[in-house]
Amino acid sequence: MTRSAPPPTPPRAALHRGRPRRSVIARRDNRAGLVMVLPTTIIVLAIVIIPVIWNLVLAFQETDFTSIAENGLVNPLTLDNFATVLTDPGFWMSLWTTIVYSVFSTAGSIVVGLVAALAFRVPFRGRGLARSLMLLPYVAPVVAVTFVWQIMLNAQFGIVNTLGKQWLGWEHPVDFLGKAPYALITVIVFEIWRYFPFAFLFITARLTALPRDVEEAALVDGVTPWQNFRHIVFPQLLPVISLLSVLRLIMTFNKFDDVYLLTGGGAGTEISAVRVYDTLVGSFDIGGAAANAFVLSAILSVFLFIYVKFFVGRGDEE
Amino acid sequence: MSRTVIQKRIFGTLRWVIIAVLIIATVFPFYHMIQLSLVPIEQVLLHPERLWIPIQNITLQTYADVLTPQDDGGQGFAQFMLNSAIVATATAAVTLVVAIPGSYAVSRLKFFGRRQISALFLAVYLFPVIIIAIPLFVGFSALGIRESLAGLVIVYIAQTIPVSIHMLRSYLQSIPESVEEAAMVDGADRARILWKITIPLAMPSIVSTGLYVFMIAWNEFLFALLFLAADRDQWTVSLGLSQLANGIEVSKTVLMAGSVLLTIPIIVLYGLAERSLTEGLTNGADKG
Repeated sequence: MTRSAPPPTPPRAALHRGRPRRSVIARRDNRAGLVMVLPTTIIVLAIVIIPVIWNLVLAFQETDFTSIAENGLVNPLTLDNFATVLTDPGFWMSLWTTIVYSVFSTAGSIVVGLVAALAFRVPFRGRGLARSLMLLPYVAPVVAVTFVWQIMLNAQFGIVNTLGKQWLGWEHPVDFLGKAPYALITVIVFEIWRYFPFAFLFITARLTALPRDVEEAALVDGVTPWQNFRHIVFPQLLPVISLLSVLRLIMTFNKFDDVYLLTGGGAGTEISAVRVYDTLVGSFDIGGAAANAFVLSAILSVFLFIYVKFFVGRGDEE
Repeated sequence: MSRTVIQKRIFGTLRWVIIAVLIIATVFPFYHMIQLSLVPIEQVLLHPERLWIPIQNITLQTYADVLTPQDDGGQGFAQFMLNSAIVATATAAVTLVVAIPGSYAVSRLKFFGRRQISALFLAVYLFPVIIIAIPLFVGFSALGIRESLAGLVIVYIAQTIPVSIHMLRSYLQSIPESVEEAAMVDGADRARILWKITIPLAMPSIVSTGLYVFMIAWNEFLFALLFLAADRDQWTVSLGLSQLANGIEVSKTVLMAGSVLLTIPIIVLYGLAERSLTEGLTNGADKG
């Protein structure tokens, strides 16, 4: 998704002909291209770009639903929202939670995805089916899977606590989703469970495309399987792993559904997106929510800028 | 040499352990979902440890309950599923109509501002959904389309266009341009070439992209919650399940039946399109 645009191909038909013909085709293509891309552009502008800018305006206004209804966009500008957001310990707490949640979920899902891809590398009977099963958590509706996890982890009749008491001798049921350290851990485990298939998919695609000859030669030379992985396979997977890290980190950082549905943001799991939602829907504080959301995307942009600046440049040249 | 042998043994065994654990971890929640959807709640409270159900305890009453309209004492999931189907189908159809020419232009035509346009599409991923949710909530309320399925469709289209263009573009680039050149020599214009030649050739990718968009729209939760929470008649099936799961009035096994109904269409579609879907998504990743 972050690949750069393909190098422009010269209009081949034009090569055999004279100059005027070429410019006619180029002009025609230019017009056709603009027309074809127009609907997409309008929709993305209207539903994404303009709202983002509008969000920025809202963040600088003391807005609630009545003032918007009365004055539209022209409420007086103020920095109050940012002052309120930035001085609220709850904001910093939620930011920290978001970072812990994003980093551990991303790292965990990539590690599990990598291990899974390696385990599935050598063909066996039924591999195709088993591989498709691996993707179930990723494609299934989030509302359904969070609900079944809630039931499985339920303290009274959940299967996990029941079997934990029966087989592992737990004395008390564990409140996986309602108590402070457990809830965040559970949410991270859920996130790893749901998104390792994504990493699995990408790493598998890369593994399949690896040239075999280097590894074969190394194995003939008596390289151990671990050395083979460490020095031959893993370095070739690094580009896709770094791409995955960025994609997953951005997506997890912005994530709302999973945590909202599992814990509602309680018990130490209030990530920023849930906090913004609560500010908006719970307290009807549009300006506050917008300022909070804006600070979030500013942080994300800084992170991305650093990433693009220091890492992407190299990747593109390969 | 012996170290190689030992490692081979360890990894050889470990591999099967990992595969087994992963299959159990991915499949069990879905198995459990089906299992719990087939019994009355009393059975679960009585035997929470059960990993399978005796055949005589199985009931389909949960499904009847969840599907029956609310006026007849059920939960009205049939209506929710219809709403979701309408929203997801409309989203997939419109997204394709818009994204096919868009991806064709981006992959084939040199036009002014092509690079900027591609960057613009990427930008959609960079902003937290919640950031556009606030202005859209306010704006759609002002326009009076917030509490409507149409409003939802508009948002979903914008959310799925970038990934659609990504998937379609990768496929279009794999079609050699020479097949279009013959038609071009005959004087056909770009729109005609797209319609007559490129679209038929790209059909596999178009179908899988459409299914993927359908799945995203069917699964979506945040905007459905923000826009439609107040109006039960318009609930999508995802929203309906989450709203009812928060309360205590509806039995959990009835809602499990709802979860199964929410999940089945996705599993079926995924089963149909798995191959082309995974290829479309990872396109480009195999090049490093």
